[in-house]
Amino acid sequence: MRVVAVPTTLDERSFDRLVRGLEEAGQERVLFDARHLRWVDPYGMLGLLAAGTVAGRAGARPRLQLPESAEVVSYLTRMGFFEHAAEVFELQGSGGRGRAEGGSDVLLEITAIRSHGDIHVLLDRIQERMAILMRQLHYPVVTAMNFSVILSEVCQNILEHAQAPGWVASQTYFWKRRLGRKAAVIAVMDLGVGFRGSLAATHASRYGDKWSDVTALEAAFIHGMTRLHDPGRGQGIKQIRKQVGRMGGRVSIRSGTARIGDVPDWDDAPPLEEQLPYFPGAQIGIVLPARVAEGEAEAGPKGGKE
Amino acid sequence: MSPDNLPATIVPLSFDLGSLVRRSVASLYSHLITRPTGQALRLGIESQIGELGEFCVSVLDFSQVAVLDYSCADEAVAKLILRYRQPDRPAEAYFLVRGLDVHHLEMIEAVLERHRLALVAEVVGTGPTLLGGVTPFEREVWHELGALGSARAEEVAARMGLPADDVVVSLDTLAQHRVVIHRAGSPTYHALQRLL
Repeated sequence: MRVVAVPTTLDERSFDRLVRGLEEAGQERVLFDARHLRWVDPYGMLGLLAAGTVAGRAGARPRLQLPESAEVVSYLTRMGFFEHAAEVFELQGSGGRGRAEGGSDVLLEITAIRSHGDIHVLLDRIQERMAILMRQLHYPVVTAMNFSVILSEVCQNILEHAQAPGWVASQTYFWKRRLGRKAAVIAVMDLGVGFRGSLAATHASRYGDKWSDVTALEAAFIHGMTRLHDPGRGQGIKQIRKQVGRMGGRVSIRSGTARIGDVPDWDDAPPLEEQLPYFPGAQIGIVLPARVAEGEAEAGPKGGKE
Repeated sequence: MSPDNLPATIVPLSFDLGSLVRRSVASLYSHLITRPTGQALRLGIESQIGELGEFCVSVLDFSQVAVLDYSCADEAVAKLILRYRQPDRPAEAYFLVRGLDVHHLEMIEAVLERHRLALVAEVVGTGPTLLGGVTPFEREVWHELGALGSARAEEVAARMGLPADDVVVSLDTLAQHRVVIHRAGSPTYHALQRLL
């Protein structure tokens, strides 16, 4: 059995380390060692579920050694992680088998997206929790509505293009070091055909030898290309970028071996990364900062752990 | 037909989208989101227009709609308008939207722009507004015709202090967009919003 160490902080930045560990495991059965996990966000949770699913495709069901931190296990429980993890992993360790209780601090528990009906259900759930967006992030009603639109479009992206089910989750955090204020994190992941696979039949030939995960992501993200011959299609990502940009946020899409994104001033991630360790499907990360109230100076970086 | 070549009876047709979506999709969905929802809405509206005869003005009421996403707006609004702009349209249907709030407006504008369409809308807190891909001059002509209700090109042009030839092209473009009613062979143009 191959042991893949889960980073102590599991988020979009450290996800590639998890993928690299999985890549090195090859066809061996995998034990994901999360004992030292201290902090995880929706991207990290979905990333762990996705990595476990990929590991399971190689043969034996992977094992997940649960975090030693009771606080982390409690948080994973509240986010509904274990309901989904039970389908993916053999769980090892104490605690963490309970169902999500939908704690008052949870914006959106991990939710499987298998049909358009699932998107309606999660939008209803978000509407019930608009108070979190308005109270913690100071969003006016219009901005909170736009949050729902972003969620809807990003989830439809799974069904329209991945040709496979996926997951979505969202939560608010205090992004002390990079942002100096609260932010909502949205993660959406699938293990489908990826952007390269989705666009290949209709667009690959025009790129010739240059066709790759990078060009496929650029085609979809920047040029709004889609596999469907319908002038109304391919605009979902454009609308997401527009809304996120207006809110001063960040959006990125990782697919295959590349990641592309819109990076605001407060972040230092590169807008395009290539030659990443391969991972199937698409992984979308969105960070939406709290609104800075009128008359309040935008908080600068303050240091400290996020 | 009336002297202006308009039908004697215009069938006003109002769709409360908030309730229609529940009927059309046969569920408790309360948001206009996703393409299947938009497709179901459009088919439901087309079906009702088909039952009402040749000429009707359809009001799409968004006042009970909380969330509208781009995909649903594309299917329910843009493709509906596109269908009735085609020469083989099944009926002489015109569309207005009512009860549009700020958070709906952006999605509607985006799909109109994408398909180069125009639409008459009543935005909450304001009067009738012309949305979509028209030029500033066409917008001005639309406003002037709106003030007159029904008028010939010469009358609109006189109000603007311009020769009629400068105005008639814009009026015809607006008629092609179906934000102005103009029957073939008639010299008169009708402001869509004034028919209600």
